Amino acid sequence: MSELWSLFLRAGFAENMPLSLFLGLCTFLALSKRPATAMGLGVAMIGVMGVTVPLNQLVYDGLLAPGAWAWAGMPDLDLSYLALIAFIGVIAATVQLLEMVLDRYFPAIHAAFGVFLPLLTVQCAILAGSLFMVERRYSLPEAAVFGLGSGTGFVLAVVLLSALRTRLAYADLPAGLRGLGITFLLTGLMSLGFASFTLMAAP
Amino acid sequence: MPARASLWTTLTAPLLRENPVTLQILGICSALAVTTTLETALTMAASLSVVVTLAAGIISLIRRHIPDTIRLIVQIVIIASLVIVIDQVLQAWFYDISRALSVFVGLITTNCLVLGRTEAFARHNPPLPAMVDALGNALGYSLVLIVIGTLRELLGKGELLGHAVLPLADQGGWFTPLSLMLLAPSGFFLLGGLVWAIRSWRPEQAEAPEFGPMPQRGPAE
Repeated sequence: MSELWSLFLRAGFAENMPLSLFLGLCTFLALSKRPATAMGLGVAMIGVMGVTVPLNQLVYDGLLAPGAWAWAGMPDLDLSYLALIAFIGVIAATVQLLEMVLDRYFPAIHAAFGVFLPLLTVQCAILAGSLFMVERRYSLPEAAVFGLGSGTGFVLAVVLLSALRTRLAYADLPAGLRGLGITFLLTGLMSLGFASFTLMAAP
Repeated sequence: MPARASLWTTLTAPLLRENPVTLQILGICSALAVTTTLETALTMAASLSVVVTLAAGIISLIRRHIPDTIRLIVQIVIIASLVIVIDQVLQAWFYDISRALSVFVGLITTNCLVLGRTEAFARHNPPLPAMVDALGNALGYSLVLIVIGTLRELLGKGELLGHAVLPLADQGGWFTPLSLMLLAPSGFFLLGGLVWAIRSWRPEQAEAPEFGPMPQRGPAE
């Protein structure tokens, strides 16, 4: 149990997706103008990552890993090169499902996401979560915890950044730096700060 | 020749005026991750250009046959197949660069630039304009990658494409490498500076202030 908890903490803080690994930055920067929008994106991220990482773990272990087809008399079959396309398929299906459900039951949230909900399919963080899961050979409960932890870390970072940006709305910045420019500089400073979690996580 | 003029505009508009990275915030992850040296930046730019142009062409060809509800899956499968092909080509002929880029070629699949262009433009337009638009955006992306890659390699190591340009201090020259440039936060700082520079040069790209003093009516006193 404590191992799962430390895995959760590591996925959320020391290996924070946007700030330490530089994954998923497009949505991170684009949807962090308001804390409310950032929360909405964050909830979607936790949902999508918490579902897709364990699902992809099942797909990989059951269908693609070397020797997965041994029961069918094909122990030498290695389909792991199909992992990329299979993971993307699972992620795209999950996002599309989420989009349909939101459109049907929560049209206001759906309208707030705009073009960015379909773009969750191409969130590098979500695909990278599944790729890390394969690389580190997580079991099913570990994969679920890792997915939830990465999602939580993303929420934390995006809500922090959106709070900073709300304060900055009143600042008198040079015209060219306003908006995207200052956001990049802020993110750079935040990533320097989050780098210290890596040292804390080391035993 | 109005048609050709508009094609030319489609090609050149994303270079600076509507640059995908600095204005539309698309494709940033890879722009930061692969720019520690100019060589990887160039390879990444070339791979992405091929993928986005071909994907836009293919999706535009079959755009009338894709049901709206499953369009994302269809587009992503097409893009992922192209990426696997590019990955195999790189491994076959450019093995060293392929190893340096490692996972980032695979992550072209999730580059928002590619899906952004197919979703926003190729889905509604015939193949030729779609491919021209995709190529223009890929060139705009490449431009940013090359600028940042050049700066990071030059300031971080004093080299360009592996050749020494600035004489290093520990070899009797005058240049002390800035090791921060090789770390990832410098990518954020450089990109922020680049955005600042472009928007100062072209003020119409600057974002409007969200809050300001009320417009004064009547005398100020």
